[in-house]
Amino acid sequence: MADDLVLENVTKRFGGMTAVDDLSVTVPQGSFFALLGASGCGKTTTLRMVAGLEELTSGSIRLGDNDITGLRPYRRPVNTVFQSYALFPHLNIGDNIAFGLRQRGVKDVAKKVGEMLDLVQLSGFEKRKPAQLSGGQQQRIALARALVNEPQVLLLDEPLGALDLKLRRQMQIELKRIQTEVGITFLHVTHDQDEAMWMADTVAVMNNGRIEQLGPPTEIYEFPRSPFVSNFLGQSNLFAAEVAGRSGDDLELTAHGARFAAPAARAHAADGRVWLGVRPEKVRLALPGEDAPAHHNQVRGVLTDTCYAGVSTEYLLKTPWGQEMSVFSANAAPGEPLAPGTEVVAHWYPPHSFVLDRPTGSGDEVSQYSADPLGVAP
Amino acid sequence: MRIWRWVADHWVLVVGLVVLAYLFLPIVVVFLLSLNRPANRLSYDLSSQWTLDYWFHPFGAAGVGDALRVSVGIALVSTLIATVLGTLMSFALARHRFRGRSSTNVLIFLPMATPEVVMGSSLLALFVTLRVPLGFWTVVVAHILFCLSFVVVTVKARLAGLDPRLQEAAMDLYANEWQTFRRVTLPLVLPGIAAAAMLSLSLSFDDFIITNFNSGTTVTFPMYVWGAAQRGIPRQVNVIGTAVFLLAFVFVIAVQIRSRRKARFV
Amino acid sequence: MTALIGAAAGTGPPTGAEPPPAGPRRRRFTPYLLLLPGGLWLLLFFVVPLVQLAGTSLYDRAGSLELGYSQTFAFGNFVDAIAAYWPQLVRSAVYAGLATIICVVLGYPLAYAIALKSGRWRNLLLVCVIAPFFTTFLVRTLAWKSILSDNGAVTGFFRSLPFVPDDFRLLATPAAVVCGLVYNFLPFMVLPLYASLERLDGRLLEAAGDLYAKPATAFRQVTLPLSMPGLVAGTLLTFIPAAGDFINAELLGTPNEYMIGNVIDSAFLVRLDYPQAAALSFLLMATILVMVFVYVRRAGTDEVV
Repeated sequence: MADDLVLENVTKRFGGMTAVDDLSVTVPQGSFFALLGASGCGKTTTLRMVAGLEELTSGSIRLGDNDITGLRPYRRPVNTVFQSYALFPHLNIGDNIAFGLRQRGVKDVAKKVGEMLDLVQLSGFEKRKPAQLSGGQQQRIALARALVNEPQVLLLDEPLGALDLKLRRQMQIELKRIQTEVGITFLHVTHDQDEAMWMADTVAVMNNGRIEQLGPPTEIYEFPRSPFVSNFLGQSNLFAAEVAGRSGDDLELTAHGARFAAPAARAHAADGRVWLGVRPEKVRLALPGEDAPAHHNQVRGVLTDTCYAGVSTEYLLKTPWGQEMSVFSANAAPGEPLAPGTEVVAHWYPPHSFVLDRPTGSGDEVSQYSADPLGVAP
Repeated sequence: MRIWRWVADHWVLVVGLVVLAYLFLPIVVVFLLSLNRPANRLSYDLSSQWTLDYWFHPFGAAGVGDALRVSVGIALVSTLIATVLGTLMSFALARHRFRGRSSTNVLIFLPMATPEVVMGSSLLALFVTLRVPLGFWTVVVAHILFCLSFVVVTVKARLAGLDPRLQEAAMDLYANEWQTFRRVTLPLVLPGIAAAAMLSLSLSFDDFIITNFNSGTTVTFPMYVWGAAQRGIPRQVNVIGTAVFLLAFVFVIAVQIRSRRKARFV
Repeated sequence: MTALIGAAAGTGPPTGAEPPPAGPRRRRFTPYLLLLPGGLWLLLFFVVPLVQLAGTSLYDRAGSLELGYSQTFAFGNFVDAIAAYWPQLVRSAVYAGLATIICVVLGYPLAYAIALKSGRWRNLLLVCVIAPFFTTFLVRTLAWKSILSDNGAVTGFFRSLPFVPDDFRLLATPAAVVCGLVYNFLPFMVLPLYASLERLDGRLLEAAGDLYAKPATAFRQVTLPLSMPGLVAGTLLTFIPAAGDFINAELLGTPNEYMIGNVIDSAFLVRLDYPQAAALSFLLMATILVMVFVYVRRAGTDEVV
């Protein structure tokens, strides 16, 4: 589309360290796009390159038909909401918001400032100083200061990181509302996967300077493409398996001596070594007396741990081959959770599985891919 | 007994305050001397005769007024130049990484640590070799030299405390480098520059040794005092000393109060 | 006034990586341009004169300004200078050393009190430390002449003590000179110490207490080591100028108390023996450079300025 933000083969090296590695992505105009990743994955660096605050080592950035790669920040129609807000302490709120307008010689400054303050619900704050405002208020002013310039892309660098939980939730709703109302492209950088999924139309999961997967939140969550993504967003159970054959639309898999099925449409790799994955909330537990449906994938085991969390209960069970599997059970009806030591059969509807490629050398152990906070896993 | 208890718990504070009192003792004495008529010209003791004469005729002694004028002139000029040069240097040191940074840091530290005798005499040798006539301007050159280091230290510290994101935010909001400097950086550094200028003024006004070496026949206020020490210091000198102290003290306090009254922002 | 003291950590953001070919080149030269005027000034009026001083110290002492000097690389000048004036050299080191130690003893509590215990009054106290500067150095030192005078209260107090002779004097004694030195250089000790202590995180002391350290132990093992940079900087800024001072000795002492500074001053301005004066100055300067070098080695240069 006309004013999409396009990054092509963007690379950034700091001395010997590669922060962003040959990144190519298109951010559609008017969308709410999230760059999600752990600390050090390169997401902030990418944002700063779009803003013009870092120079690219190689590659190009285009906004619509214009190549903005070599442009200084003050020549780009792009504005940033900084993580620490960076409000000018020596200017009052009105002058802060008006800063960009005045630099560009725009008329009607007072009116625009007033409108923006109305939008962020801080009307009448023109004369106050930043130090007099709370964190949440400062955050909204930082947003107003950027938005008032009607940029083609608004960049947000973990803007909600410093806020407490309740305020953060509120601001997330606010930001989404404003984006829908104003229609500007928002590029939002965050390490909080919940935040990304709630707010964004498209999420790009970054790891080690590259995008591992890009797509709408539902797609990334329900159909992850790599072990990293499957465990960075939520949790997954991954079983080392081999593709034994095909029957119709389904793949037949063997893992640890047992047989499993998964639709070919839910597989990123269709033969050889694979990971068979299923999210814990998709798994049900059948007690010894009950029967699990025959067409479900089944894993026997013994419960080793129970965590009752009110809304749901998290169970850990040990499989016959020694792997720990987690199951989230919604507490739809009141009752006692199952006790550790109970023998159960974990079962799930095959289309809820997903199948990932398992290259040689990545081992049969899945622990290396589970919830790696530093994003260090290969 | 409760007061001793408090002292024991807060002994560091007490010692500190005692030392502070020690720092002010001579100032009080200077003030007292300015109100006291000495028994004879060479006496430094407090006699029993008190008078306000000296305060009413502060320039009564010959040469005091001229010396004062010269000192103030030199101080103003040196401060102006040293502040500008020093501010430029501190921007380079605080904001950029470049080769030779360590050496520059040492080069700036050395004048602060060099004994004035050495600095003064080496400058004198330079002027003599270059056959530059000694006077007002050679003193100014010398003063700029030692004020420079103090200006750099002060402004650099202030700069280092500024959030670098503020500059980025300004550029993100369409201000180019010069506009960013003028609208964001400069206003925030100004208190540091002002402090540096004040420090520079006091150092320059106060200097004797280096000035003595490089002034030729020009007489500054400290030189006047030194010369008069042999013949008997006129008490007007104490009046001026006290007056300058009070002036500067009040000025600094006023600035402090003013900046505290505005919403504290950095 | 806190701006005066240099109470911030860090030196600002690093510049990014090398700019891409299309980027502006001038930014790489910016620091050098900024440094140019000031740097030139320092080079021209500080470094060059010192180099010339070194040269002068090697001149033939038989020359004079009218007849000219011949460069004879007379290292013997140094030997002669030390032989003639080693008492003053030693005396300067002793007085300055004594003054520095006393300054540490007096200055540390003051710096500590201002940095950690003064709360709202901090700025005011800092102003009070600097304020005496506003009264001219000479006038302040002369005030000591009054305080320590034979007819004054302080001397009278000492004379009234049982084991003190009646003609006890404070003025015109080494004690007076050291006292003057301490007084004049105390702020130079307090301010760097304050800057170091101000950066101290109070929670470190709390942690020490939580780990069973008594206040004295916490001070010795936490505060003291962390205030080292300030302590060393303060020591340098006190000892070095004190060693070269001559005004305190001149005003508060007798020729028996003269320091190397007095000798250099008279050599330059009275006896006009430039080679010898230069040799002595250079000896003084060389000692300083050695001390600074050792300090820089330990602490790095960013703490120095």
